[in-house]
Amino acid sequence: MFDVATVRKDFPVLEREVHGRPLVYLDSAATSQTPQQVIDACTRIHAEHNSNVHRGVHALAEEATEAYEAARAAIARFVGVDASGVVFTKNTSEAFNLVAHSYARRRLGPGDILLATQMEHHSNIVPWQLVAPEAGFELRYVPVTAEGYLDREAFDAIVATGRVKLLAVTAMSNVLGTLNPVAELAGAVRAANEDAIVVVDGAQSVPHVGTDLAALNADLLCFSGHKMLGPSGIGVLAGHWDLLESMPPFLGGGEMILDVTLEGSRFKQAPYKFEAGTPPYVEAIGLGEAVAYLERLGMTNVRAHEVELLERALPALRGVEGVSVHGPSDPAQRGAAVSFSVEGLHPHDLGTVMDREGVAVRAGHHCAKPLMRALGASATTRASFYVYNTLDEVDALVDAIEATQRFFRP
Amino acid sequence: MSLDDLYMEIILDHYRNPRNRSGELEGHDVHVHHSNPLCGDELDLRVRLRDGQIDGLAYDGDGCSISMASASVMSEVVIGRKVADAEDLAEAFRLMMHGEGVGRQEDLGDGVVFEGVAKFPVRVKCALLGWMALKDALNTHSEGGQAHSVTHE
Ligand SMILES: Cc1ncc(COP(=O)(O)O)c(C=O)c1O
Repeated sequence: MFDVATVRKDFPVLEREVHGRPLVYLDSAATSQTPQQVIDACTRIHAEHNSNVHRGVHALAEEATEAYEAARAAIARFVGVDASGVVFTKNTSEAFNLVAHSYARRRLGPGDILLATQMEHHSNIVPWQLVAPEAGFELRYVPVTAEGYLDREAFDAIVATGRVKLLAVTAMSNVLGTLNPVAELAGAVRAANEDAIVVVDGAQSVPHVGTDLAALNADLLCFSGHKMLGPSGIGVLAGHWDLLESMPPFLGGGEMILDVTLEGSRFKQAPYKFEAGTPPYVEAIGLGEAVAYLERLGMTNVRAHEVELLERALPALRGVEGVSVHGPSDPAQRGAAVSFSVEGLHPHDLGTVMDREGVAVRAGHHCAKPLMRALGASATTRASFYVYNTLDEVDALVDAIEATQRFFRP
Repeated sequence: MSLDDLYMEIILDHYRNPRNRSGELEGHDVHVHHSNPLCGDELDLRVRLRDGQIDGLAYDGDGCSISMASASVMSEVVIGRKVADAEDLAEAFRLMMHGEGVGRQEDLGDGVVFEGVAKFPVRVKCALLGWMALKDALNTHSEGGQAHSVTHE
């Protein structure tokens, strides 16, 4: 197990104060903080090796390209794919848009079902909605039970049609924290239709639980650097090279071509055919460093640390009068994103007053409006934990909620 | 800028003891629904007009303390006013929330305490929700309409 106090020293922002109070950062599910090692890796590129990648024959171009490709290889290992199966995107959302345009729009059609779930982030809903009318496939959603699990009966019924050609599911809900049994769901979908593919939203899971694409029984995996100690502006679509190679390019431009004539172009192979233009190479290298940092901590330890925080947080939150916690009550079934509602208090009031106590939480719909509707809430407050959070910060969260209740009490 | 600028005692009072908050208004002429999808605030506003005057007004909704308290204050200060006058007050409130000074201080009544909210940019639209709904209701009525629904960006 790692020492949290030592980990905290790597994160400069954790030393700052907010409104005169020490910062208690509980919004890592939105964006995580950045360790000095990642900041240094990005600075080093700018200071010593800055150059366009895959262009030019000079020393700096070679160094930058080497660092960029080393990052790709490290990230690939981290999720259990070959380096050739890692496409750099801007974020999770862009990765989903890529799959929507280069796969769903072309390979699904009338009669096919694209099956998502009611607990998906908008970025695993809207891209499908954009291409569905033109492609003619049907977009269906697995409902969510009151305890925050996917409704398996409803799932089975839809899968039994044999028409599900693409399953798009999150490995971990950013609102409920639910860890979905992706491999099981994938197995069921494949058993009913051998042509089906499985696309996983790993934006919340990859940062927090050890991930292996084969163990997930998935074909494609989307995630974002900024939620896993990396910089913003970099995301990943990871998958099997064969599948990626079978897909046409998404964005066109420089870098992704073999030859261009005025009549047409020939493209590089995957993953490069999906990386049009100068990529965010500094950010990619930063993400490579973030992955190295997480590997040093060990993903099993990361998960164990978060379970420990959950074991303190869940009962403590439930113990506060008027507080209800959304999502699974068993820490083993959930990740460290905890949404809750406080009777009589609007999340924005809660978020504002807690901020004054130095406690940063997220208030709102968390880009999951269909799920909010299912929960019957227009908004919730969410506290989310990561490697640098402490048990004391869990207590600070609970204290801040109680302070807010006192503030608004008539 | 302190929390007390945002949550003045008067605001908390309107939040805890809302005035004219009801989902019904007998004989109403116009009903508007306004929502702020970003924060999830929802507001229903019903207005009854007689002889160019706001004869009755009721609002109901689901939202943060700022949006609900502001609607409560709005209801108190506009009931009984001429339509043109209420519209002018709504504009004065809007200007105040955008940091452009407090016009019609006397007439805005408890509304002036929302000036502190202007220091919290993300909450300004909460304070404006009720007033925007009022403007819309009056406008809808003047154009012969009875109901209107608006989703704010
Ligand atoms: C589950 C989930 N999917 C997708 C996203 C979208 O990530 P990004 O905004 O980096 O595209 C997020 C984060 O907001 C998320 O939590």
